[in-house]
Amino acid sequence: MIALTGIAKRFPNGVEALNDLSFSVNRGEFVSLLGPSGCGKSTVLRLAAGLLAPDAGAVTYANGKPQIGFVFQDHTLMPWADAMTNARLPLDLKRMPRDQADARASTALARVGLAGFERAYPRELSGGMRMRVSIARALAAQPQLLLLDEPFAALDEITRNALGDDLLKLWREDGLTVLFVTHSVGESSYLSQRMLVMTPRPGRITADIALAVGRDSRLAPATIEAQRVISGALNTAIAE
Amino acid sequence: MKRHADIILPLAVAALLLGAWEGAVAHWQVPAYVLPAPSAIARAFADNFGSLIEALASTLAVTLEAFLAACVLGIATAIAFSQSRLLERTLYPYAVILQVTPVVAIAPLILIWVGFERINLALVIIATIVAFFPILAGATLGLKSADFNLIDLTRLYGASRLQTLWRIRLPNALPYLLSGMKTAGGLALIGAVVAEFVAGSGTATGLAWRIVESGNRLEIATLFAALALLALTGVVIFAALSLLEWWLLRRWHESALQAP
Repeated sequence: MIALTGIAKRFPNGVEALNDLSFSVNRGEFVSLLGPSGCGKSTVLRLAAGLLAPDAGAVTYANGKPQIGFVFQDHTLMPWADAMTNARLPLDLKRMPRDQADARASTALARVGLAGFERAYPRELSGGMRMRVSIARALAAQPQLLLLDEPFAALDEITRNALGDDLLKLWREDGLTVLFVTHSVGESSYLSQRMLVMTPRPGRITADIALAVGRDSRLAPATIEAQRVISGALNTAIAE
Repeated sequence: MKRHADIILPLAVAALLLGAWEGAVAHWQVPAYVLPAPSAIARAFADNFGSLIEALASTLAVTLEAFLAACVLGIATAIAFSQSRLLERTLYPYAVILQVTPVVAIAPLILIWVGFERINLALVIIATIVAFFPILAGATLGLKSADFNLIDLTRLYGASRLQTLWRIRLPNALPYLLSGMKTAGGLALIGAVVAEFVAGSGTATGLAWRIVESGNRLEIATLFAALALLALTGVVIFAALSLLEWWLLRRWHESALQAP
């Protein structure tokens, strides 16, 4: 679906953010990108979305640039617009006729469990609900590739778990390809099929781990085992 | 209850002060050409009601025209700045120079250039210069402070600059703009008054001119009446803009969570 090859990127202040970073994500995969804060994970995601251009290397898509959905760490909603208008933003920007766009946006809101909240403003919603609107906005554009930048980092554990389960459900139902940036071993061990471990300064991929099947719940033995493997890879990566 | 207190307490203070004023003037027999009693001012107001209201209408017209012109020019300039960094860096210093130069110093020039036969236009231009900057500053800050990620999102969905401006930057600028407009409303009135002062006798017919004229004739009670009317106008402008601000932001902005 998407491949990053030999990517290098310097920040405007001269700091080398990424160097010789390569990985690819196959169609339909749920891949997590794990690493400590400040290792350039968000930069990788912006490169993948085409919001940043690499200094060297290339970002290539298998069949032309797919429709991309992007979910930020912060909900990034328009505070002056209700949930419906927020979810409709990608469609409005594409100048889709209003009734069609409304139908799609309300379907997306219903899918993230926000039916009945179409007219609520962001400040009237809880943190978890705002994040759901943000996900609905990404879904409304009917993406093939969903990029998530630590979307649950600011939420409490109960909300985080519920949203994680919902994300898995959406991924299965829509056959999405997901690239999920996180610094949580627990979260990624349960959600993803494959793990990319990243180290900082300069950021590069140090481990690519396919996780075993059987991780049906957060406490399943296979999930716990996956956490052990990921933690090991992470520790090795940081120690290097 | 709290809202009642907001109205009753200032009114009680006003009544107390006016009473003390009236009493003091009567007790020490202060001459009317130094400090007239509130009752004398009220009488002067009633006696000159027609001409004072006419003068108010003239000043108010200049103020409102200048305010609208400042809004249009300020917002248009801010939009131009938001679209071109180069333009902003080139022209912003001049906006600042216009702001920091005392208007009293420019006013005579403008009167000469525009000409006394078009005195109203000259007054509006002077008042516009005074009111322009807070709107420009507010709108520029608001247009530039839109959520960076939200702007990226519009890029991801292939939005045009116009779409980003209309859907993200302008709504984001609204609270900043309204705050600038509240300042500008008062400044437009000040600008109109200053312009009338500079224009001097025979040409301007607004409240400021009534103040100068009453002062020259030692009709201090009328002067006070015109002054009170001017202050009241300022308060009404501020209240109207505060109400507009609350109404536009009531659904979403933190500043409008409580009724005005």
